[in-house]
Amino acid sequence: MSDRIDLTLNINGRDHAIRVEPRRTLADAIRDDCGQTGTHVGCEHGVCGACTVIVDGAPVRSCLMFAIQADGKPIRTVEGLARGDELHPLQQAFIAHHGLQCGFCTPGFLMLAVAVLEREPDIDDEALVDALSSNLCRCTGYQNILKAVRAYARAYAAEPRG
Amino acid sequence: MTAGAAATGWVGRSIRRVEDPALVTGRGRFTADLPSAWAVRFVRSAVAAGRIVRIEAPATATVFTAADLAGVKPIRPMLHKFNYVPVEQPVLATGCVRFVGEPLAAVVAATAEEAEDAADLVEVEIEESGPVIDGYDAVEAGAALVHDHVAGNVMVAAALETPDFEEARAGAHCRLEIEVRSRRQNAMPLETRGGHAAFDPASGRVTLTCATQMPHLMRTAIADLIGMPEAELRVIAPDVGGGFGQKMSLAAEYVVLVWLAQKLRSSVAWTEDRRENLIAAFHSRDQSLRLEGAFDDTARLVALSGDVVANVGAYSCFPTTGAVEPLMAMTELPGPYDVSAYRCHARGVLTHTCPMAPYRGVSRPVITLAIERLMDRAAAQFGLEPTEIRRRNLIQKFPHTSATGLVFDQATYRETLEVAVDAMGLAAFRIRQREARRHQKYLGIGLATFSERTGYGTPAFAARGMEITPGWESVEVAMDPSGFVEARIGASPHGQGLHTTLSQIIADELGLEPGRIKVVHGDTEHTPYGWGTFASRSLVIAGGASLLAARKVRAKLARIASHLLEAAPDDIVLEAGVAKVAGTDRAVRVDALARAAYHQVHRFKGDIEPGIRESAAYDPAGTFSNACHAAVVAVDPETGAVTVERFVVAEDAGRLINPMIVDGQIHGGVAQGIANALFEEIVYDQTGNILTTTLADYLPPTIREIPPIELHHLETVSEATITGAKGLGEGGAIGAPAAILNAINDALSPFGVSIDEIPATPQRIRAALRAAAETARNVE
Repeated sequence: MSDRIDLTLNINGRDHAIRVEPRRTLADAIRDDCGQTGTHVGCEHGVCGACTVIVDGAPVRSCLMFAIQADGKPIRTVEGLARGDELHPLQQAFIAHHGLQCGFCTPGFLMLAVAVLEREPDIDDEALVDALSSNLCRCTGYQNILKAVRAYARAYAAEPRG
Repeated sequence: MTAGAAATGWVGRSIRRVEDPALVTGRGRFTADLPSAWAVRFVRSAVAAGRIVRIEAPATATVFTAADLAGVKPIRPMLHKFNYVPVEQPVLATGCVRFVGEPLAAVVAATAEEAEDAADLVEVEIEESGPVIDGYDAVEAGAALVHDHVAGNVMVAAALETPDFEEARAGAHCRLEIEVRSRRQNAMPLETRGGHAAFDPASGRVTLTCATQMPHLMRTAIADLIGMPEAELRVIAPDVGGGFGQKMSLAAEYVVLVWLAQKLRSSVAWTEDRRENLIAAFHSRDQSLRLEGAFDDTARLVALSGDVVANVGAYSCFPTTGAVEPLMAMTELPGPYDVSAYRCHARGVLTHTCPMAPYRGVSRPVITLAIERLMDRAAAQFGLEPTEIRRRNLIQKFPHTSATGLVFDQATYRETLEVAVDAMGLAAFRIRQREARRHQKYLGIGLATFSERTGYGTPAFAARGMEITPGWESVEVAMDPSGFVEARIGASPHGQGLHTTLSQIIADELGLEPGRIKVVHGDTEHTPYGWGTFASRSLVIAGGASLLAARKVRAKLARIASHLLEAAPDDIVLEAGVAKVAGTDRAVRVDALARAAYHQVHRFKGDIEPGIRESAAYDPAGTFSNACHAAVVAVDPETGAVTVERFVVAEDAGRLINPMIVDGQIHGGVAQGIANALFEEIVYDQTGNILTTTLADYLPPTIREIPPIELHHLETVSEATITGAKGLGEGGAIGAPAAILNAINDALSPFGVSIDEIPATPQRIRAALRAAAETARNVE
């Protein structure tokens, strides 16, 4: 497994040229090769969703994707949500509604919810809850994650969009 | 803190957490985020019991086994009471293996992938012997012994009987027996365990960064085992992704990492994968109780007896020992009920399974399940509502001394019951339930009333005979010359928001905004010795110590101000960042006091020591939170599926420091309790192999399975703690399993079943319904 390949991960608008084994997962490449450790790894078998990032506009579990599959595609991670010091409204909503405790699952939930709402801004509540059931949280009992995401979803749906 | 401060100050307000901005932006710093020179992979036993014949590594791999670590002592947790037989756990298996997942060897390679590849090439030959897996099987005559010197596999055995027991039991109107069991869970923090040990060639010291709830004790323990001076080891608990007890106990793997860092004079890291976590991180629950309740003719419980078998796994966890589960069961089984005649026999039993460790609730989810099932069964027998039998039996006069000698301070057992039942609308529910049954829909309501012993100090741990008696916490509060405050704490939060809540307590005492106060934790280099965060204690005990230390700082600030304002220290009040002479307009800013304390000490003419740095320790006797949980469920008898429709909590944890954080703690606990009741189960086959090794087999609930949780707070300010707060971190997990199981049984009451085992999976519910139908046919 030692034949390494060259590829470029475009993370939050910045290119990272890396050389990795073909079996390198996207999660490990983002964390270990590109130093973006905000994306967390919780199960490495695609259940918990802590490693969720947005690739080409879609939420993906980066532990189930090889880095090479994301070569050249736009990747968004939790580090790219805020604009400078101004937090993304969903990050603000998580703080305001106490949507996190230990914070380990939070990057995954943020990227999941951002991707789902960008794709479907007027998603109905039932479908939203269904989408959020993709990820696991062990601290909050999901109560305040749901409050935070709903608050953001309402505000986001009301935004004018061209 | 005066009562007035609570009303007008920061305590009691749902301020936002200072922890959050870093965590929502991906700037949290977790153990696995640290780069290391070497990755470590553990080779683990694939068999439950047997003699190690050989472990052979390929010449290309760097592998260490027990033989290499010969100088490292085994982990040997100790208890001095209750017939405890100490057992030793080598940090790498030595001579034999005792559970599937036990570490056999450590493989070191440049990357985690290469370490994993090399680990696969290590050949392990084990001469298998028959394992014992089930707790009841382990105490059968002739059962395989897990440790040769522990007769009958009984690691700890305790018994007590009150003098009035036999007479009360004999005189009872009726007696009811019940057998209750909670299967095995895994606390399953979303961040698995992991450690990073780095040797510093300049100082010769090792820094271990690890996902722990107890950094100071880890340092002591690891230094002891390796035989190194404690000063040569620094332990850091960075951001920790949940613990729930699993990260409280010493991981043998961490000892190996520190040893490897010294040996290789480099940095090594191990991140547990989820499979390892499910098979070899500590397990929990797996406790069985046989209960007998004797009632008088008014349905009052007059005598209670219990036989507890707690499966503790293959080794005893450090520091609590595996005795914590059976002993807590024995001491707290009567719960919030007023029964003086009590007998209990409790055993902690060794098996060839993953060792047990405390998990949120520690035994109380199971004993609450047991006594709450007993109450509902008795209610049915007496033809009473579950509410009514509880009204007749709950403790109502305080302080109350229990049959086991615990002193219950003021609480609201009856009141929380009424609040929960009112919120549920019991009468209306019964109508809806009857109506639904006519359409073959089966709804049920279940209650759980319980007490949660919290915030207890050293006497409670000493009563268990623990060689190590945790309990106290110490806090250093220092004000720097700019007037900002640092509180250094021995506790070690990992999601509880302690940074925020402690700053609220200190802010009120010093008349400052919480934003001026920084809480430093989780680093043995920068914090005073302390025990860590577990047992619903941190806010109560570290909070108490913070208050005491802040009071000393306030007193010092008052003395400094008295010099500068030429007034008596007693006349100085601190508020809104200013020290004032009461009743006058003479005032000085607190930051000017701080500056003077460091830079103008000459003004105090030797009367005041330079600087502002005070410390205090707090070691309270403990208190009891209480709550009533009420659940409504729908059960489909065709499939055995359970849907939780409503969940209500009425709780009393004394003074609430930050209600938002309180609510979050209860939400999370309830979700784990629902998981315990319905979904999560570590399953072993008869050979001791684990069948639930992924999160597709071991089933933590998603947002879909957790209903909205309705909370009602009562606030009986505790006189047993100096902040008035009672702990509450575990309560959610304690009450929920019993409320859910009682609701399931209420729903299925037309079928004549009693389901007394959790998780109440569809399979178990269907099996109970089939058995009941079979019995009914045989009767016909």
